Amino acid sequence: MKLFKEFEDKLPENILEEVKANLPDKCSESRTRKILEAVYKEYKSSVADPGENVGLVGAESIGEPGTQMTLNTFHFAGVSEMNVTTGLPRLIEILDARKTIKTEITEIFLKKPYNEGKDIKEIAESLKETLFRSFLKEISINIASLQMTIELDEQKIKNAKLTPIKITKILEKSVKSFKFQLEKDKPIINVKSSSKDIALNEIYKLKESIKDIFVTGIKGIKQVLPVKRGSEFMIVTAGTNLKEILKLDFIDTCRTTSNNLYEIEKLFGIEAVRQAIMNEVMKVLDAQGIDIDMRHIMLVSDTMCMSGRLLGINRYGIVKEKPSVLARASFETPIKHIINASLRGEVDSLNSVIENVMLNQPIPVGTGLPGLVTKVK
Amino acid sequence: MTDVFVNNKFSGTINDPKEFVERIISERRMGKLPISANVTYFEDLNEVHVETCSGRAIRPLIVVKDGKSTLTDKYIEQLEKNEITWSDLLKQGVIEYLDTLEEESTLVAFREEDLTAEHTHLEIAPITIFGLATSLVPFGNFNHGVRLNQGSKNQKQAIGFYVSNFFTRLDMDVNLLHYPQRPIAETIMHSTLEFNKHPTGQNVVVAIMSYQGYNMEDAIVINKGSIDRGLARSTYYRPVISEELRYSGGLIDEIGIPDKEVKGYRSEHDYRYLEEDGIIFPEAKVTEGDVIIGKTSPPRFLSSMDEYNLTTSSRRESSMVLKHGEIGVVDFVVVTENSEGNKLIQVRLRDNRIPEIGDKFTSRHGQKGVISYVVPEQDVPFTADGIKPDIIFSPHGIPSRMTVSHLIELIGGKVGALSGRYIDGTIFDSEKEEDLRQELLKLGFRENGTEVLYNGITGEQYPVQIFIGDMYYLKLKHMVANKIHSRARGPIQLLTRQPTEGRAKEGGLRLGEMEKDTFVAHGASLLLKERFDSDKTIVPVCENCGIIAVYDGRKERSFCPICGDEVEISNVEVSYAFKLMLDEFKSLLVYPKLVLEGKY
Repeated sequence: MKLFKEFEDKLPENILEEVKANLPDKCSESRTRKILEAVYKEYKSSVADPGENVGLVGAESIGEPGTQMTLNTFHFAGVSEMNVTTGLPRLIEILDARKTIKTEITEIFLKKPYNEGKDIKEIAESLKETLFRSFLKEISINIASLQMTIELDEQKIKNAKLTPIKITKILEKSVKSFKFQLEKDKPIINVKSSSKDIALNEIYKLKESIKDIFVTGIKGIKQVLPVKRGSEFMIVTAGTNLKEILKLDFIDTCRTTSNNLYEIEKLFGIEAVRQAIMNEVMKVLDAQGIDIDMRHIMLVSDTMCMSGRLLGINRYGIVKEKPSVLARASFETPIKHIINASLRGEVDSLNSVIENVMLNQPIPVGTGLPGLVTKVK
Repeated sequence: MTDVFVNNKFSGTINDPKEFVERIISERRMGKLPISANVTYFEDLNEVHVETCSGRAIRPLIVVKDGKSTLTDKYIEQLEKNEITWSDLLKQGVIEYLDTLEEESTLVAFREEDLTAEHTHLEIAPITIFGLATSLVPFGNFNHGVRLNQGSKNQKQAIGFYVSNFFTRLDMDVNLLHYPQRPIAETIMHSTLEFNKHPTGQNVVVAIMSYQGYNMEDAIVINKGSIDRGLARSTYYRPVISEELRYSGGLIDEIGIPDKEVKGYRSEHDYRYLEEDGIIFPEAKVTEGDVIIGKTSPPRFLSSMDEYNLTTSSRRESSMVLKHGEIGVVDFVVVTENSEGNKLIQVRLRDNRIPEIGDKFTSRHGQKGVISYVVPEQDVPFTADGIKPDIIFSPHGIPSRMTVSHLIELIGGKVGALSGRYIDGTIFDSEKEEDLRQELLKLGFRENGTEVLYNGITGEQYPVQIFIGDMYYLKLKHMVANKIHSRARGPIQLLTRQPTEGRAKEGGLRLGEMEKDTFVAHGASLLLKERFDSDKTIVPVCENCGIIAVYDGRKERSFCPICGDEVEISNVEVSYAFKLMLDEFKSLLVYPKLVLEGKY
């Protein structure tokens, strides 16, 4: 173990741990030293050289296999799986850091008795966002008396473990300008205006808006699907609301996560997003069977999170943050950048690659990087 | 009640749809309805659709009644004697056209032997499922469909004998094959199309073997002796057209040898082939830069004074000149007039094309390749009989592409060449491979088509037997002579001072954005700069205001148009494109100030 101490400054901790874990049971000191030295040599050779253009190499390494990806994956009709955006569209979505993504998915892991399948269907159903429209049987409007009668579906209310009284209370809470009265022994609600003079079209408006009143479940969860992954039961949902989901007590809060990067940023912070980007990108690439070195994706992820906020790789994100006017102008919307730069009197100090290509000057990477230490004057 | 739609418009209801449909079909067969009318009954929708409009794909089929083809021997006899025609068969309801919808309600037999009582129609011939070009592939039914498709695509690009009056025609971009031949392995389509009147290729001896690695990656090796004897030679014809255009103000172009005073006059040498009328004489050997038709045009912008001063000196040169890389012989000159009655000159150039490295060839099975090496005849492998292949084709092209028809044609061609007959390779109805092999055996060859070959260089016998036989090969119109291009220095664009683009303009090859990225990725900073030096300039920059200064050549010093000549002005090397961008900024009222700093 003394040996490991010796290599502590040379090798990162996690690599040392990995070597330690994989060492044969009876390993002599000299052999351990040989192994560690070999690891150190390998580690040194994988470090990027000074002046190495890691960003561009990363971009090429992701971009080239990206051309081989199938544009759209097929939908499996009839299979009880949710349709998830994958492939190139999803990759673009992640790297652009889109605010609204095509298919939001939450993977909910459950605590002990439930992850073995206990009440899995009921739990899943209770998460689903349920609107008032799903309890409706009929809405009729009496034009003469300016009244509306709502007939409820008792069976559905029962299934959702609710009562007509509870539903009436929810309605009363969300619609203040009308009075709701439940008929005795009948699942019928009479709706009357609280004020006397009221236009007919207001009742018609209410008829439509009342259908979208949230009754039970978690807002934003459009669809639930209990699945068995390995030996464990879990719930996959379409639509996310991590904030509310994490409040539930039967949930394994350590592993439950969604694929919405902005939600993760808001709830867990920028470091979590950094990891989430890497996970999501790897998920896409693995599904397509494309092998890209993790370090390229880490670099992309780092770049997107570097500023402390989540930024996409587009002209609203990291390109906007570039200090050079010419570099920004050479990407997209050149006129906008040049006009703004002229208004502010921006100075371009020609420090990165693209400006120097434009001016036909040696670019400050690779062989163009070294310069004289002494100033010649 | 069933709804009836005529051309997708509701037109009424009927009670018995099946009877209705049958009646329409029988009336069409009797000739009372147009032959292109089609009717379908959709049972699930309970709708009858009648279609008569144009734009539907329809195809002919033989009508079958009670499991028997209505095209009886009697009809065939009459057809052979030319007593009846196709339209008679249509009128008598023996053949009818079906569209895609009506086809759904039928059961079509592929061959007459397959007919059962349930069949309603019979395919006229199995080959009709292919298009015209595809059915020209012999033994095509042994192939992967993709190869068939590619084979027919390649055939469309083949050089052949496209018309027999080519001598009096002036077509754009024409190739004519010398000594075209009728293929040994044919399909029924070849005789139907009278292919032997306009053949597109030649029968050559092909050996499937490697030749010193020269035929890797689909390349083919060709025998120099065969080329010398005229194999795959072709002539390339190209017209040069010029007309006397009329302009406003009664001005007109003038065809003739330009006066020496004319703007843009070329050297006298360039006009040397022109006769007095300003047109080149036939059989003149021309190369790039030579004037074919001499012409002058009036000045482009006429000021009021010029109208009274229309001397030759104000006219400009607008002759037709051979562009970069073009050569040929003047073949034919036409002096005529265009639709407006103006003088129109058409000159046809001819160029003899002998196969060379880079010319593209193909068999009829999608096995295209370019010549990579022209072997001197003495080095070509030979059989015990002394037969030398014309073309050596790489065996690596076969397994992954699975073009079995290529191999069968090789055997078929060999049998045909030896026995002096044409082989029927009609798709689905070809001569049996087994029969061909037996015939080859009877002719005294190995039945699998292989022979012992000897190395043409050392004379040693090859340790393996080589598959060798005769095939029909096509020369495709893509020839290197039309495409070869290189440049070290040359013309630049006026605006950006960057090299021009394209072969005709003697342009450079663009090192684009992504190619630039590869230089950056390698860290080859200075190499990148050197590669982009094509438009570098040295500009004087005023260190006071940061604007590009002016160099006064007479005083041999620079001055700043804003700050005068009392300021420090330094020369800076930048790309001309950048200087241009700065100028554009200035035109947009954006002040691009350059702040200079020591390089070291």
